[in-house]
Amino acid sequence: MLFTQSKPIDEVIESLGKEKDIFLLACNGCAEACETGGEKGLSAMKSELEKAGKKITGTCLVDFLCNKILVTMRLSREMDKIQSADSIVVLTCGIGVQAVSTVVNKVVHPADNTVSLGGLQGLWPSDERCQACGDCALDYTGGICPVTSCAKSLLNGPCGGAQDGKCEVDPEKDCGWQLIYERLEKVGRLENFKKIRMPRDHSKMLPSEQLRKTSFYDIEV
Amino acid sequence: MKLIERFKKGKFVITCEVGPPKGIEVEKAIVELEPLRSKVDAFNVTDLQSSILRAGSLATCRLLKEKGFEPICQLTCRDRNRLGLQSDVLSAAALGIENLLCLTGDHPKLGDHPDAMPVFDLDSVQLLSVVNGLMDGKDMAGNDLEGRPPQFCLGAAVNPGADPLELQILKMEKKVEAGAEFFQTQAVYEVDKFASFCEKVKHLKVPIMAGIVFLKSPAMAKFMNANIAGIHVPDEIINELAAVPKEKRVEKSLEISARLIRELQGLCQGIHIMSLGWERHIPAVLEMAGL
Repeated sequence: MLFTQSKPIDEVIESLGKEKDIFLLACNGCAEACETGGEKGLSAMKSELEKAGKKITGTCLVDFLCNKILVTMRLSREMDKIQSADSIVVLTCGIGVQAVSTVVNKVVHPADNTVSLGGLQGLWPSDERCQACGDCALDYTGGICPVTSCAKSLLNGPCGGAQDGKCEVDPEKDCGWQLIYERLEKVGRLENFKKIRMPRDHSKMLPSEQLRKTSFYDIEV
Repeated sequence: MKLIERFKKGKFVITCEVGPPKGIEVEKAIVELEPLRSKVDAFNVTDLQSSILRAGSLATCRLLKEKGFEPICQLTCRDRNRLGLQSDVLSAAALGIENLLCLTGDHPKLGDHPDAMPVFDLDSVQLLSVVNGLMDGKDMAGNDLEGRPPQFCLGAAVNPGADPLELQILKMEKKVEAGAEFFQTQAVYEVDKFASFCEKVKHLKVPIMAGIVFLKSPAMAKFMNANIAGIHVPDEIINELAAVPKEKRVEKSLEISARLIRELQGLCQGIHIMSLGWERHIPAVLEMAGL
């Protein structure tokens, strides 16, 4: 199981900025068990965002948001409500957020931080997409993770080493920051790139005491 | 002297690169710089360039300083976490070093210790802002420094040949916001492209030093075109070098570099020479370029 913790609500609201119409999407798998998603998380987020003056264009609960095929099928029914929103707030792990951003051409905002993978890359295991850094930055990077897609896990843009869009470490691999740049341009959020991201807080990688006390965590560990 | 003071005086600034040896005989490398004493404003000391183990930048900078040369200490994020980096920044100030060039650094996989752990706890933008914080008397955790804070002139790198260039410029803007006062560039061989880059970053109002790498052979040019990010040596230059007999190559190469420097002078505020072992040819090139 992947373990997530809710981001502080102020951080989520800050990352929404001027976006007013929001579609809410929650995972009913691991995030439900961690109480950071599921029905409960969804309704709590809905009321918080409405309190902050946001309009919720629709909500959707998907069993495993890390399963791209499932997400594509499920979201196709909600496309009108998604398209009428400025962005999507996603209550799930880092892999789930990346799966959503791959299938929907919209700005995504993670509502959770992933703190432990429990040995699982979700139901999208072809690549390492989340390192459980505990400080999810996917809202600033158009849903592509700079920690896993950049060989140096840089947070403020590419190093000088990429050539023809390929990484200096592995010429078979795309430069993560070039992908992020292209995605931000596509979703009209290039201004996100301009913000200086502060250094990571590595202490956030540790699952909280509260999380370590849950029975789910116990079962898995 | 801080490099920025030279720019403020309107001087066309010349820096060149010094790679410390893979060993301890740093003094030997410094003796070789003697002919450049009155010709070069400052010397960039590389920080394990290309991720190859060598003597350190900090110690070499201090030894340069003791011999009356002006050092620019290169600092990369590859090998030290935020504690190590901040400590080295304080040490640099304590040793009298006044210029720092803050870089991300090559990945260890490219060097002679490919099995090393890549650190990159900070990136170049963050490093610049951390040094700025130290200059205000605070460490990254917000704790006060004792006594007078360090003072540096901060530099950064930019690659005018990067594609997409817009992405490179966006990062350059962040570096300026984080405190970079001057920029050194990757090697330039296409003056037109460099001119259009300068035009695009004019709004940043920071001095730019164009990178100069001596072309030792047509093969080296072809190698760089295929393997080094953002370097493109045009065919005309490669052909020009290939057309002369081998014994005239050095002369031709220096002539090409001098011509580039002359053409670049009107576009930027200085040049940064990466001579790769051809330090002895620098005075001749500068003279041919009219500097």
